[in-house]
Amino acid sequence: MNEQVLALMPLLVTTATVVGSMFVIAVRRDHDLTGGVTIVGMNLALLSVLVSWIATDGHAIAVTGLMLVDSTAQFAMVLVLVTTLGVLTLCPAYFNGYRGHREELYLLLGVGTLGALTLACASHAATLLLGLELLSLPMVGAVAYAIDRPRSIEGGVKYLILSAGASATLLFGLALIYAETGALDLASLAGAIASAGLGSPLVTVGAAMLLAGLAFKLSFVPFHQWTPDVYEAAPLPVTAYLPTVVKVGAFVVALRLLHAGVSSASPLIVSAIIGLALASMLVGSLLALRQSNLKRLLAYSSIANFGYLAVVLALPGVEAVRAAGVFLVSYLITSLGVFGVMTMVSSPMGRHDHEDIDEYRSLLWHRPYLAAILIAMLLSLAGIPLTAGFVGKLAVIGVGVQAAQWWLVAGVVVASAIGIYYYLRVINAVIRNVDPDAERVAVAVTWVYRASATMLLLATLVTIWLGVYPQPLFVFGRYLAFP
Amino acid sequence: MTLVWLILIPLIGGLLSWRGERMAPAAPRWIALVSMLVALALSLWVWATKDFSFTGAGFSSVAGPPNWTIEFRATWIPALGASFHLGLDGLSMLLIVLTNLLGVMAVLASWRDIDRDAGFFHLNLLWNLGGVVGVFLAVDLLLFFFLWEVMLVPMYMLIALWGSDAPNGKTRSYAATKFFIYTQASGLLMLVSILGLAFVHYNATGIVTFDYHDLLGTTMSAPVEWLLMLGFFLAFAVKMPVVPLHGWLPDAHTNAPVGGSVDLAGILLKTAAYGLLRFGIPLFPHASIEIAPIAMWLGVAGVAYGAVIAFSQTDIKRLVAYTSISHMGFVVIGIYAGTEAALMGVVVQMIAHGLSAGALFILCGEIHERLQTRDLREMGGLWTRLPYLPPFLLFFALASLGLPGLGNFVGEFLILTGTFVVAPWVAVVASTGLIFAVVYALIMVQRALQGPVRGAVADAALKFADLTRRELAMMFALVILLVGLGLYPQPVIDAVRAPVQAFGAIYTFPAAAPTAAGVAP
Repeated sequence: MNEQVLALMPLLVTTATVVGSMFVIAVRRDHDLTGGVTIVGMNLALLSVLVSWIATDGHAIAVTGLMLVDSTAQFAMVLVLVTTLGVLTLCPAYFNGYRGHREELYLLLGVGTLGALTLACASHAATLLLGLELLSLPMVGAVAYAIDRPRSIEGGVKYLILSAGASATLLFGLALIYAETGALDLASLAGAIASAGLGSPLVTVGAAMLLAGLAFKLSFVPFHQWTPDVYEAAPLPVTAYLPTVVKVGAFVVALRLLHAGVSSASPLIVSAIIGLALASMLVGSLLALRQSNLKRLLAYSSIANFGYLAVVLALPGVEAVRAAGVFLVSYLITSLGVFGVMTMVSSPMGRHDHEDIDEYRSLLWHRPYLAAILIAMLLSLAGIPLTAGFVGKLAVIGVGVQAAQWWLVAGVVVASAIGIYYYLRVINAVIRNVDPDAERVAVAVTWVYRASATMLLLATLVTIWLGVYPQPLFVFGRYLAFP
Repeated sequence: MTLVWLILIPLIGGLLSWRGERMAPAAPRWIALVSMLVALALSLWVWATKDFSFTGAGFSSVAGPPNWTIEFRATWIPALGASFHLGLDGLSMLLIVLTNLLGVMAVLASWRDIDRDAGFFHLNLLWNLGGVVGVFLAVDLLLFFFLWEVMLVPMYMLIALWGSDAPNGKTRSYAATKFFIYTQASGLLMLVSILGLAFVHYNATGIVTFDYHDLLGTTMSAPVEWLLMLGFFLAFAVKMPVVPLHGWLPDAHTNAPVGGSVDLAGILLKTAAYGLLRFGIPLFPHASIEIAPIAMWLGVAGVAYGAVIAFSQTDIKRLVAYTSISHMGFVVIGIYAGTEAALMGVVVQMIAHGLSAGALFILCGEIHERLQTRDLREMGGLWTRLPYLPPFLLFFALASLGLPGLGNFVGEFLILTGTFVVAPWVAVVASTGLIFAVVYALIMVQRALQGPVRGAVADAALKFADLTRRELAMMFALVILLVGLGLYPQPVIDAVRAPVQAFGAIYTFPAAAPTAAGVAP
């Protein structure tokens, strides 16, 4: 088979999946069927990534001038597809309770995933924007999906306007750099950004706008205000999708554009990123302290976590990118676990999701297994050893120490210490036994329920396994770094 | 493999007793008791059969890397140069025996105290004990940090789930969270130091490693050594606890269940002293010698502060908690004095304090079980009501104040004489702690046991039961051990002589002065 087709196979399969599920909806509205088609399609896409990964053996394949399927792209595609599958597994059980049309959600998530895959492979400004919009626009629909809920429309509109604004800023930034350099492929853009300085005002302003646009997508402080509102408004599986798939896509672009690799980066950009990273982790942690809504708390926690990840952007070298790979994997699994438990507690969907911390009170006594998973995942988010979250944090602190970026290291330490407090608040509620004779909640075990449970169990096992034996994480994290 | 089994037995026992609850309500207790007894037997067997006398045990010697009585190494994270490396010398062996012994006591003390979810309780208790044993064995810094943190979560659960809300309005979740944040935040500082040390070593040699053998004797510039040393020092100072970083301890103790308190005071605090001895000082000898006077005075502050505050407590458990601060102050002084006598004293003091504080916490639990209060103002005249409990309380109070003939006296006396040689004023001021100890110990005895019957003692008069056979057996075992340690401490001293001498060499023969050309990270 043509090498280029093989390399693009994941995107093609995903596109086919989206079209296929659209077709299925047109012929017969059936929730399980649509969900099944999408899940099978995504599995095939994942398989094709793995096949092309083995076939190409890690060397980069340029597909026209627009896309570049290298090991970074393949690593990111695996992450995106695995996370998407995780979220999709949660959907059937959850949306069974929705009274409107349930099937289109799979369409929206499918298109979003296609966008994330495009972003992972983008090597040109055109594909970059295409991917970004493919990823953002379906999310507007997905956030506002449960239209009978009071906050949905507000959340959707907020996301639409701010996301469009961010895309426009990013586009403007690209245009300014283009005006100076005359090139639109990401490699030359990255080169131009790396040389940004006071001597070249156009590039510097362009780089700043580009950074702001990406910072919005990754919800770095001070571009974070939308995050808690939108996360709160979205139905839970979509909330799970936002900080994982959407942010991975944007982060790969940030890595390609802003990370210096082996060459030296522009000091201006590096200090801007350091500022964003410190602000994100500290402000994110501090604002999470007083939240009583678990969705908002996790939104702030995701801001703080991407603050840790931003550390990596500011540090040169392959080691830093490897740390980013390690951190991303551990963060994705953990987030999937936390949101997964929340989704299962809230399934089937009702008037509102279970999102108040009080609603999780004494969960350990009502639903011991779910609660145990939630506790493990929260400890992982807090970065306690024996969980994957610790390994991710270890990797980030490690590169920070190596590069002698003491402010960043201090920021990570302080933010983690604050973080423990709010994760423990949730754990406290979960283990608090208010009613000693509490009955276990009996849930009808259907296949959809079992699918979600299996996914969660798998995520927990992987979290603990990687926490105890992190060697594979460091080996695979390296693939994000191959030039 | 013996070392791996020492860690695994409590972990497996914990899992079994968790699952065992489904079979019978009493199963978790028996499974936990049996596994701790097996672990204790295994550690005693190691003590009895292995040789702990060769020189340089556990620390770098002139001849080269540390020697271990038993060593175990397996690959773990080759990408980071971290391996599953365990080593046992006389010091770690004694502390493991203490851990397993107090583990048995903690299980026994929880026999009636824990009346719900016994399976999950014993899972947490045994995992905590397993983590502690691991801390005493790990000689890979990353592995050490891992196990150091693994101790935390189970302890948090013990306090948050089975603790009691203190009468002063502080809830158990408050105490548990405070404990967790203190230890975790300081632990992160240690992690940064560990990573910093590894990278200094990497820059000097080009090898990424976290192994204790390799990192010992890393050359670095004086400021870098100071910074890295402080990371370790702070982590251990919080856990010890050194005043003014002790804020978590009284609350954690007041709210913890009896078994948790025994574990916390008897074992967890010792991990900090062990960490200083094994890692904090040998890895950064020059900076440690420079900080020694400050650390010793902090120890003196702890001795005096703990004693004075203990005196003014009305909650008997809180009182005992503050005495721990006072006693661990002596340990800090001894560690930084660094003479052979002082270090011997440190080891004896750690064991004696583990036994006496453990016993006192068990007695506090038994008093609380019978009176439903721990308030000393509500007690009085216990002696007229009970034949067995009061004499034991008096005995362990006397042990705590350092009565000659008991283990604590040997420890404190050795520490003070050993310190007097190098820092006379520290020894002089610290010995006032012995006087304060008499005051707080006797006031506790006086208020609880003597005087007219009143308060809760009078109210509870009808349903009063004295110590059961289980409780009597525990108390007698601890009494015998404490008297034995006081009258014939030789076996302990023999076991730790080699490590103590090797450790003391850090102070007496400082290696070449820190090179100014050391590598910055």
